[in-house]
Amino acid sequence: MRLGKETGPQASKPLRDAFGDALLETCRTDSRIVVLDGDLGNSTKAEYVREAFPERFFNLGIAESNLVCVGAGLAACGFIPFIVSFSSFLLCNAYDQIRLAISLSNLNAKVVGSHGGITLGKDGPTQMGIEDLALVGGLPTFVILVPSDSASMHKAVQAAAEHVGPVFLRSSRMAIPDIYPKDECPFEIGKANVVRQGSDLTIIGCGIMVSMALDAAAVLAQGGIEARVLDMHTIRPMDRAAIAAAARETGAIVTAEEHLLQGGMGSNIARLVGEEHPVPMRFVGLDDTYVESGDPEALLSKYGMTSQDIAMAAREVLAAKEAQS
Amino acid sequence: MARPSLSDLNALEETARGLRLDILDMTTRAASGHPSSSFSATEIVTALFFGGILRYRSNEPHWPERDRFIMSKGHAAPLLYAALARAGYFARDELWRLREIDSPVQGHPIQDMMQGVEATTGSLGQGLSVGLGHVLGGRLNNLRYRVYVLLGDGECQAGQIWEAAMAAAHFKADNLVAILDYNKYQETGPISREMALEPMVEKWQSFGWHVEEVDGHSIVALVERLRAAQEVRGQPSILIAHTIKGKGVSFVEADYTFHGRALTAEQARKAREEILCG
Repeated sequence: MRLGKETGPQASKPLRDAFGDALLETCRTDSRIVVLDGDLGNSTKAEYVREAFPERFFNLGIAESNLVCVGAGLAACGFIPFIVSFSSFLLCNAYDQIRLAISLSNLNAKVVGSHGGITLGKDGPTQMGIEDLALVGGLPTFVILVPSDSASMHKAVQAAAEHVGPVFLRSSRMAIPDIYPKDECPFEIGKANVVRQGSDLTIIGCGIMVSMALDAAAVLAQGGIEARVLDMHTIRPMDRAAIAAAARETGAIVTAEEHLLQGGMGSNIARLVGEEHPVPMRFVGLDDTYVESGDPEALLSKYGMTSQDIAMAAREVLAAKEAQS
Repeated sequence: MARPSLSDLNALEETARGLRLDILDMTTRAASGHPSSSFSATEIVTALFFGGILRYRSNEPHWPERDRFIMSKGHAAPLLYAALARAGYFARDELWRLREIDSPVQGHPIQDMMQGVEATTGSLGQGLSVGLGHVLGGRLNNLRYRVYVLLGDGECQAGQIWEAAMAAAHFKADNLVAILDYNKYQETGPISREMALEPMVEKWQSFGWHVEEVDGHSIVALVERLRAAQEVRGQPSILIAHTIKGKGVSFVEADYTFHGRALTAEQARKAREEILCG
């Protein structure tokens, strides 16, 4: 397992490429899977399936409402639709359809929101899914998965296909440093992975922020602070036991997500911490704002979502913990 | 039946009367619901379920080869439930639990919550797309069933209807048949006044559909046109069924504000007499 930027391998490929590979792989092993595209298959990499299984790939055009409900009809026929488009377009254009036709109907359909977060960068805020986790959080039957690297994406796609029921899977345009060795990523829906042990505080991340949390932990370790790092790849059902253990055993928590702080992973964790074992917390993410076009690294830096920001939040939360004791 | 015989027709008209009475009783007991929207489509649903159009096995609701019926105008749930009960999907007693707590007979249909309910509807505009999904699924499964979707006229104001219309023509979904319950009223008033839809025939034709107009209260005409739609090849079909909102009860026909309102006990008594004489 990677211990930080200095020691770990770099990204093998963009996360969306890993998604395309994983989807194709899953299609090969399960003939029930069909792929529905909102005319963005070349961006989301769902197009890998179009080439290999043209009869199981449907481009419904730029019409997300219809796209989602056609998927619902296919699910009712026993197929497992992967409905793939940009996270923002799917959830914002077709929220009502996802709500009725999939969530309330409790269908075995998978909604894949690509280009989640702000790291699609230069295309700007119209395309960014900064609120997708909050929106899908409002759909009670959905499992919500946010893979953190290529290996995790492969496992997440497989888990989504195997889970019977609605699943939202977040994909991303960004190349993320590998966290897990290929084929050695533990992935059980609802069970967070401890990717670094530590007892001074816990950093809980999802998606690209897991990698940054590990970088932050490496920096903190140089100062004698041992941070536990959790990969919260499942936002729902959330791993209450891991969160309770983190609160009890480390006494301080930082969350880090590429999403609005309002209604995202951190706010959900805060509720569980409040119920289980209240401890000081800090939240790294996008605070109640849209962002503009820009280079992804520059945007992350400007909006306080880098490993340095996580490390700073860690020092703050430790100070709060010590002030309490 | 290719063309219903006179005795068949009498039986079908009796069925329609029975459905209207069930709708009336359900909504009056529940003191809520959409009786007038259910009345306007009663003959359409009668022709589909009992006129030999839909192939279904009520004791095997998920029979893969069944024809699908999707009630896209979900507020006509009382009509759907009444028809499903009469077709044998569940006991008629269930109908009297409409809109009650802890009852599966939801105010708007939820997929599979009652046997035979094929789709969750009630947010208008979604049913045609779900129907297209069933068409594509049938193709992949090499099954030759047909998919019937009952549309309200008001919901044709929703963009998704036209997304689905475009896609169904693109996929040459000739086993998809929409029936438009064209009663000319939406919740707040006449469609022509609130948000005009005309010209409907030309709209659907220009989207690549085979279009027929029919008297939506003539069971014999509906059965004939539904049969004819089965012969259309290479494009989806729509029957534009001209109907009367509240059909069968004079004072409901005359008052569009019955859209989301049940009849009082006294009104229901009068309505029952009219339906029985109709």
